[in-house]
Amino acid sequence: METSVLERTDDKAETLGVVDCDVHPAFSRPDQLSDYLPERWKQHIREYAIRTANPLLGTLPYPRLTPGNGMRRDSWPPAGGPPASDLDFLREQLLEQCNIDYGILQPLAAGSVAFNMELGAALCSALNDWQIDKFAGPEPRLRASICIPQEDAKDAVAEIDKRVTDRRFVQIAMPPRTIEPAGRRRYWPIYEAAEHYGLPIGLHTSAFGYRPNTPSGWSSFYLEEHFAASNSLQTVMSSMIMEGVFEQFPKLKIVLVEGGFSWLPSLFWRMDREWKRMRSEVPHVKRKPSEYAAENFWYTTQPIEEPEKNTHLLDILRWIGPDRLMFSTDYPHWDFDDPRYAFKVPLTPAEKSAIFRDNAIKLFGLEK
Amino acid sequence: MTATGRPKREPARHVVARVDEIAEGKSKLVHVEGRDIAIFNVKGEFLAIANRCPHEGADLCKGNVVPLIESDDPGVVKLSRHGELVRCPWHGWEFDLRTGKSWCDPARTRVKSFDVAVEQGKRLVEGPYQTEVYKISVDEEYVVLEL
Repeated sequence: METSVLERTDDKAETLGVVDCDVHPAFSRPDQLSDYLPERWKQHIREYAIRTANPLLGTLPYPRLTPGNGMRRDSWPPAGGPPASDLDFLREQLLEQCNIDYGILQPLAAGSVAFNMELGAALCSALNDWQIDKFAGPEPRLRASICIPQEDAKDAVAEIDKRVTDRRFVQIAMPPRTIEPAGRRRYWPIYEAAEHYGLPIGLHTSAFGYRPNTPSGWSSFYLEEHFAASNSLQTVMSSMIMEGVFEQFPKLKIVLVEGGFSWLPSLFWRMDREWKRMRSEVPHVKRKPSEYAAENFWYTTQPIEEPEKNTHLLDILRWIGPDRLMFSTDYPHWDFDDPRYAFKVPLTPAEKSAIFRDNAIKLFGLEK
Repeated sequence: MTATGRPKREPARHVVARVDEIAEGKSKLVHVEGRDIAIFNVKGEFLAIANRCPHEGADLCKGNVVPLIESDDPGVVKLSRHGELVRCPWHGWEFDLRTGKSWCDPARTRVKSFDVAVEQGKRLVEGPYQTEVYKISVDEEYVVLEL
């Protein structure tokens, strides 16, 4: 039909590919995960379903932006199935179009937050098999996350032990809204294993969690849920630092995924100040809280903050340090960031390659 | 040096679609002189805007067509201008199909809008117009974009 097609000039100045730290693979049909479960749990799910703390069964607590259910409206694969369930279309729309060399899979499913903890452990294990079978196995640019039932540290560590020799897994995944704050000792065996293996732990803000999305309960609107994600990650940080997790496990690496980063300066100005005044309450916290933030934590960028003056973002970014930030798209979700256009600030070439590639390559050991 | 004597650049008319190709509430992406342009059918009227969202570059032709939603007070919601706004398929920016301005940031975040008209085939065959693909039939109606 078109009379003429001119090549659009491409902003892809950088020849080096991007690392995308947040890609969400999807089931091609609702019961696909059952293919990876033993008969005992298949039957259990048929008869009793998967119960989580979400108020509604079988849906998100905040169904969103329908039609599309929170997906990019242009991400439905032409061959059918939900967004990001079709590997070929994911390759084309994400990896090729956005020049992505590596994508870190972040499965969002109920395994880590099922009330029935044995079922939760089985679901996590199934999710790990599924990621390899459908995505990270056939496509070496995609790398998997070890999903764990974090509330039962023994089972969680067993799942880590089971997967760790498979180098296609590059991190451990657990949700931020855990039963107790993330620094509490019930989770320490997981941190011990993660540090031992040198595997980062990614905490992805998620529609799933044992706790409501705000400290006073469920918000009325999805819009509130969307930025409540930052609160849950702030809780993770302050709890882990104040409980002394990083004194016990100084090499532990934590990635905070999809909760923003512009709140970091003010949170740590406050935390440092209180620490100076009340250090005696937590003598096991030997260093200024901001020092742990600068050594043990990494932050993914999407959804990128958009201040009225773009240069303000640059100030924040330099306060945090370009070595801490890692680019992410959140494909195929509606709030996707495109690596070509998301950063509206003039990064130096060194900052750019750190944020878009090098930090993640190093952290996840991607080119070994 | 003056421009006297130089030829003026007359706007060119491009036949970009047959009227029956774009159903009501739907859109079509066309390429004209190197530009990607999204044509929408709003209750039988055709409106055209640049296809690329100025925020992060998504294809506006793939967005959902929505009404204007306003509220004077909590609990009172008013819907108007049905089908006259497109919501970006990624981040939901709403653009007015008549002006190209976004609802939330009309001064800074906007797309170019283009003039389109519906013409009878029998008028088009008299020219001038540009089309390389359409075989103009005198009995049909066409969407013509001026650029």
